[in-house]
Amino acid sequence: MSSARTSRSRSLAAHGILMLYTVIALFPVFVIIVNSFKSRRAIFAEPLALPTPATADLVGYRTVLSQGDFLLYFQNSLIVTVASLAAVLLFGAMAAFALSEYRFRGNTLMGLYLALGIMIPIRLGTVAILQLMVASGLVNTLLALILVYTAQGLPLAIFILSEFMRTVSPDLKNAGRIDGLSEYRIFFRLVLPLVRPAMATVAVFTMIPIWNDLWFPLILAPAEATKTVTLGAQVFIGQFVTNWNAVLAALSLAILPVLVLYLVFSRQLIRGITSGAVK
Amino acid sequence: MGSLTLTAVTKSFGATHVIKGVDLEVADGEFCVFVGPSGCGKSTLLRIIAGLEDATSGDVVIDGRRVNDVPPAKREIAMVFQSYALYPHLSVRDNMGLGLKQSGADAATVKERVAAASAMLSLDPLLERRPAELSGGQRQRVAIGRSIVRTPKLFLFDEPLSNLDAALRVATRIEIARLHRELGATMIYVTHDQVEAMTLADRIVVLNAGRVEQVGAPMTLYNDPANMFVAGFIGSPKMNFLAAGPLGQPGKTLGIRPEHVAIDRGQGAIAATVSHVEHLGGETNVYARCEEHGLVAVRLFGEHRFEVDERVFLTPDPARGFHFAEDGSRLRV
Ligand SMILES: Nc1ncnc2c1ncn2[C@@H]1O[C@H](COP(=O)(O)OP(=O)(O)OP(=O)(O)O)[C@@H](O)[C@H]1O
Ligand SMILES: [Mg+2]
Repeated sequence: MSSARTSRSRSLAAHGILMLYTVIALFPVFVIIVNSFKSRRAIFAEPLALPTPATADLVGYRTVLSQGDFLLYFQNSLIVTVASLAAVLLFGAMAAFALSEYRFRGNTLMGLYLALGIMIPIRLGTVAILQLMVASGLVNTLLALILVYTAQGLPLAIFILSEFMRTVSPDLKNAGRIDGLSEYRIFFRLVLPLVRPAMATVAVFTMIPIWNDLWFPLILAPAEATKTVTLGAQVFIGQFVTNWNAVLAALSLAILPVLVLYLVFSRQLIRGITSGAVK
Repeated sequence: MGSLTLTAVTKSFGATHVIKGVDLEVADGEFCVFVGPSGCGKSTLLRIIAGLEDATSGDVVIDGRRVNDVPPAKREIAMVFQSYALYPHLSVRDNMGLGLKQSGADAATVKERVAAASAMLSLDPLLERRPAELSGGQRQRVAIGRSIVRTPKLFLFDEPLSNLDAALRVATRIEIARLHRELGATMIYVTHDQVEAMTLADRIVVLNAGRVEQVGAPMTLYNDPANMFVAGFIGSPKMNFLAAGPLGQPGKTLGIRPEHVAIDRGQGAIAATVSHVEHLGGETNVYARCEEHGLVAVRLFGEHRFEVDERVFLTPDPARGFHFAEDGSRLRV
């Protein structure tokens, strides 16, 4: 950047503010991770202190790994998150392509209808969803969760992706048609790569609420075999006694997989966030 | 090889009628240029011919075959877009070969035809690059190369040069003219640019608000326009439209090209005040304002000195004038 456009004090101030925000945002995570490595007494005595040889204790992790089947919970969470994410991205992108590319009767109405889901929380329909799952015999299956999360994620995905797809040059798609590419090839080979940053943005926004959700696993799939991590961690929170070591250890472990997924998408995400601004 | 016939083609987007009945015959091997003001439906008509848009009514016949229900890829056409529309993830070579590959040609044929097209447009050094690594002019050459690989019956160009700078535009224009001669294919070319239209076309189709105003060779349109719209559209600076009455001429309007108006400081038919002068070196354009005719352009060859606000007299050459009736139609007197 040229020095004419940058002032030292202003960029210092900007960085200061960003640092402050980062510290505030990361603080709870920091506290959870630090305390997950301490003994119960140390957690309550000095919650902000780093673990020292005297206070360090892996009892939380030992409890988590020995009690309950956390490996299975992790697997369940991963299956649900990845499958829902894939379904949201695939069907969301396809619907967005149809809405942005084809002129048909009721196009706008359909777009509005699909966007309505952004404003109406899906939890309002919990009772009906539960009845539906009971009737179709899907209670206590991962499929129930995958279906619900796909429905939950689609509206925002369609909304964001159709806006992005409108910006893809119509000439490019027409060139593909003249060259004899099928609509599927045009969608997968020409359009999707161009909206990849938007896909990553949608992926992150979809993935995190699904991973963290407690509501639907509790209602639709509370069985031992289908528990997700967030639900599994609840066994350590009792009405009278809470095993804080175990809760904190479970939460620390639960951060890891999303962190990995996030890192996978983050390169794209940064391009997505800045793509409107730069160019 | 590639004639085109349009019969009573119309196109509406909902309640907006964009193409209002177009009949057109383009002969095999002809270079046909569509011109017209912005929004008159040139691109829409081209897209109907390509099959990217369905006509609301009417027939499109390419090479004797009615293609209304034939998808674009099967119409044996190629199209070059204003925005190049190269596939960003493919190399130049693959961009050029994709259409042929899709139509089921074997690898050897694709390779051979790509090589031929690339030799024709001197694209050889660029074949392995991605579109992002090319300049605008190179991208448009690749787009043209991509269109010739499939040896289509009909080439469609939608303002292919309007994103290029002036020098490149001239060079690419010459290239397209050469391609037309070498390939002998039928070409339909949409442009805003007068010079492109006049220099490239065998025949020009002047469109206005979804209708064909006139079809003819460039010089026919210039020397014998069918109506006031065509007369005003072809030629630059624009034809002057003078009130016919005060000049003792028949009709409502007398149209006269800027080069057919004489300008003199001493005497003449119309008294006027110079309001603007353009010196172009080879020629000088003088714009003079007068009471009853408004702004009149005069085109002089060579260099001439006229000052703004100077009093001058203008004399149109009535023998070179065109007479138009109230409704804009030509009066042949
Ligand atoms: N998909 C569409 N829906 C509604 N109206 C459209 C659509 N496409 C084009 N039009 C309208 O049709 C008219 C003709 O458009 P077209 O693109 O053919 O103009 P054009 O002659 O190519 O103009 P330009 O020289 O500016 O490219 C315009 O008024 C435009 O608003
Ligand atoms: Mg156009």
